[in-house]
Amino acid sequence: MTATHVGPAAPHAVAADDPLVIGGRRFASRLMVGTGKYRSNDEMVAAIGVSGAEVVTVAVRRVDLDRTKDEGVLYHLDPSRFFLLANTAGCYTVDDTLRYARLARAAGFNEWVKLEVIGDQESLLPDAHGTIEATRILAAEGFKVMAYTNDDLIAALRLEDAGAIAVMPLASPIGSGLGLLNPYAIRTIKHRLSVPIVVDAGVGTASDACLVMEQGVDGILMNTALAQAQDPVRMARAMRLAVDAGRDAYLAGRMPRREVAVPSSPTTGLLG
Amino acid sequence: MTSQLSAEAALALVVNGEPRTVAPGTTVGALLASLALDPRLVVVERNREILRDRDALGRIALEPGDVLEIVHFVGGG
Repeated sequence: MTATHVGPAAPHAVAADDPLVIGGRRFASRLMVGTGKYRSNDEMVAAIGVSGAEVVTVAVRRVDLDRTKDEGVLYHLDPSRFFLLANTAGCYTVDDTLRYARLARAAGFNEWVKLEVIGDQESLLPDAHGTIEATRILAAEGFKVMAYTNDDLIAALRLEDAGAIAVMPLASPIGSGLGLLNPYAIRTIKHRLSVPIVVDAGVGTASDACLVMEQGVDGILMNTALAQAQDPVRMARAMRLAVDAGRDAYLAGRMPRREVAVPSSPTTGLLG
Repeated sequence: MTSQLSAEAALALVVNGEPRTVAPGTTVGALLASLALDPRLVVVERNREILRDRDALGRIALEPGDVLEIVHFVGGG
C-alpha cells in the first residue's frame, strides 16, 4: 500500500501543565522522595537524581559520636541542588514533634517541615488530633507545615484551618507498599481543600503512583518504594514516568466507564 | 578527651545521652571541634534550648550538668 500522509506535518503540542506551587514556592517536580532505607548512599544519590525530584525529605537524629554509623545525609546530597524537607518521623507526642521541628529549622535551610505525629507504633498511623494541634502551634511560629495525615476529610479540613500549607494524606500505611486503598477519600480531600494535596506513604510500584496522580492530587511523596526496590534507580525512572503519566491522564480527563461494549470501528460499510 | 583531669577539675556533661567530661571553661564550639563535628552541619540543643547562633558557639562555656543534644539530618521519608 502506498503511504500517502495527509495529516498535519507535526504532532499537536500538548498544553503545558501548571507548575506545582506550595506555600508560594514553585517546584519543578510533582514527585517528592525520601532518603531513608537505601542499601547504599551511592544508590540513594543515583535514584534521587533519576527521579527528577526537587523536594527530598530528611529526618532529624542524634549524631553518632562514635561514628559507628554513616554520617549525615548532607555529606551525600548537595543541599543547593535539592529542597530539603525535614520530617518529624518517630514523634509520638506534640511536644516531641515541636522539638524536632524547631531543631530542623535551626539547621538553617528553610522553615518547612513535614509534620508527622504518629499515633500507633504498629500501624504508624497518624494521630490526627496531635497533628492538628502541632500544626497550629508551628504555623503560628512561622513554620510552613506540610501535614501528614489519614485519608480522612475532616482531619484534612482541620489541618487546613490550622494553617497547613499542604495536606499529605496517606495512600496506605508507611512502608506498606499496599498502594492507594481509598481513591474516593483522596479525591474528596482534593476536591474540598484549597491547599495542595500531596499523597504521602503507601505507594509500592509505578501503577500505584499513576493511580494516585489520576485522582487529581498535586503531588506524591515516596521513599520505600524506591529504596527497597530490587533496582532503585530503574524504579525511580518508572516512578517519574508514572507520575507524569498519571498527571497527564488526570488533566486529559478519562472516558466514562460503561457496563456495555461500544465498538471502536464503524458499524457501517461492512461487506455484504 | 580529658580523662587525665581529676574528678574535681573535670566538668561532667551528658552528650547525646552519654556521660562525658570536659575541662572547665570548654565552650560548645570547642566540644564540637573535639568531636570533629562541622558546626554548619549540626544543631546543638543545650538543656532543651536550641543554640541558634552558630557564630556564638565558641563563646558559650559549658556548665556542670549540662545536657546536650547534637543532631543532624539523616536519611528519612
